[in-house]
Amino acid sequence: MRRASKTAGAVFKPKRTSLLSWWKHHGLSAHGSALRIIQAPLGNLMTIMVIAIALALPSGLQVLISNIEGLTGGWQVSSQISVFMRHDIDAEQTDAIAEDLRRRDDVNRVDIITPEQALAEFQAHSGFAEALQTLESNPLPSVITVTPSAQATRDGRVGELQTHLASLNGVDNAQLDRNWLDRLAVIIQLAHRSILVIGTLLLIAVLLIVVNTIRLDIENRRQEIEIAKLIGATNAFVRRPFLYTGLWYGLCGAIIAVILVNIAVALLYGPASTLARLYGSSASPDFLGPVASLGLLLLGSILGLIGSFISVSRHLRAVEPS
Amino acid sequence: MIRFDQVSKRYDGGHQALQTVNLALAAGEMAFLTGHSGAGKTTLLRLIALLERTSQGQVLIDGHNLARVKKRHIPYLRRQIGIIFQDHRLLADRSVFDNVAFPLLISGFSPRDSAGRVRAALDKVGLLHKENALPITLSGGEQQRVGIARAVVAKPAILLADEPTGNLDPALSQEIMDLFVQFNQVGVTVLIASHDLDLISRMGKRMLTLDKGQLVADSARVTQ
Repeated sequence: MRRASKTAGAVFKPKRTSLLSWWKHHGLSAHGSALRIIQAPLGNLMTIMVIAIALALPSGLQVLISNIEGLTGGWQVSSQISVFMRHDIDAEQTDAIAEDLRRRDDVNRVDIITPEQALAEFQAHSGFAEALQTLESNPLPSVITVTPSAQATRDGRVGELQTHLASLNGVDNAQLDRNWLDRLAVIIQLAHRSILVIGTLLLIAVLLIVVNTIRLDIENRRQEIEIAKLIGATNAFVRRPFLYTGLWYGLCGAIIAVILVNIAVALLYGPASTLARLYGSSASPDFLGPVASLGLLLLGSILGLIGSFISVSRHLRAVEPS
Repeated sequence: MIRFDQVSKRYDGGHQALQTVNLALAAGEMAFLTGHSGAGKTTLLRLIALLERTSQGQVLIDGHNLARVKKRHIPYLRRQIGIIFQDHRLLADRSVFDNVAFPLLISGFSPRDSAGRVRAALDKVGLLHKENALPITLSGGEQQRVGIARAVVAKPAILLADEPTGNLDPALSQEIMDLFVQFNQVGVTVLIASHDLDLISRMGKRMLTLDKGQLVADSARVTQ
């Protein structure tokens, strides 16, 4: 007896349970936890809907932003080229150049801003009005603003046009005015960053929802867990159904999120296409693609699994048989 | 089979539940553990199933020191011990059959393999006809028999029972005790905690008496 006690403990180790029975218990747990969710549809549906909305918001915003990005290609239509004349070119010569430009088929519209107009505008808006009045002569050049035709923009010939304008006799410089497009790009970048922040927060929310729901689930099934532990259930055995519950929550939430986002795109489809057409773009709004949808399903499942794992490892240990 | 060497158990609150208890139960032996409430009967049983750890001394099962059983291996110890509780501890939302099959499910039996064993265990306690019933629809005696079927279904070498007849009338109590005797007759080591002195003295088995955490009488021999 004493001798035997030296090597004690070793017998109470896992017998090699077959992989098949382990796999079968996974099947039972997955099936059982799915049944549990279906059996209490209302409460679980609410949890799943909260997860779905939390997942749908950032992915919906992402779809919106990428659609806007798709449109901005068409919006270059309204870009302008500012052609600055040399100082020795007078108003008549400027008019002649403008007249020539109007006849080009890659040009939509040509306007002239005289030095006087430019000065007046500058004085009105720059806040240097008094300083400018002390100047003896107007330092500003004549400017011709050229709006390229939609066709030229679509064909990518705006750069070519700009080079041509810059090479004209009497022209000092030709600048493609993309300021507001650049601003839009920054705004879109900002939107991307915001989605990242909002998305992260909402993903944390999903995690917390799962953690809390599983915690309540554990609390409700406390007696069952105690009994299972009393008759020799391992922690892994007890944990398994809860992990599957979390997985189902995440997966179902993600499936509904994919549906919600696509419904939203469908609702916006008509007006958005019209808007795109008005800006000379033939683009129509994109739905959540198959890859993005699968990604969302995967994300939802992983979040559900992580959430339930956190909950289970925090709360299951506390349930000890009494 | 079960051996206590100088075992003491003091709970965190300072309550001394057991004090230097020595006892040995041979394989295939059946014994009753008796004493007033709070004498330490339940604590003694809990030490065997590693529901508690000793404060001092050693508990040995089949020669193996339980102090050396790692926490993660405790489930495998419990699978070799059948435990019966006064309050049955059945799963209320599962049928009698599923309750009895639960230990087999935990041990990794497939439902198909376990069905035969579950029915044999239910037949043994005379409840085969109630296999689809929910525990709540059964009488107290029947629920206790379901608990017994669950404890024996995995064919453990040791059977522990904590006041198994606590809420039952004398006739039903006698039936339950007779069941334990039957399991003992096929070689299972049985240890039953009970304060029903009338009943257990009629059984003619070994009696261990605890008082304030100390083993004060052992009908097999004079202690200390």
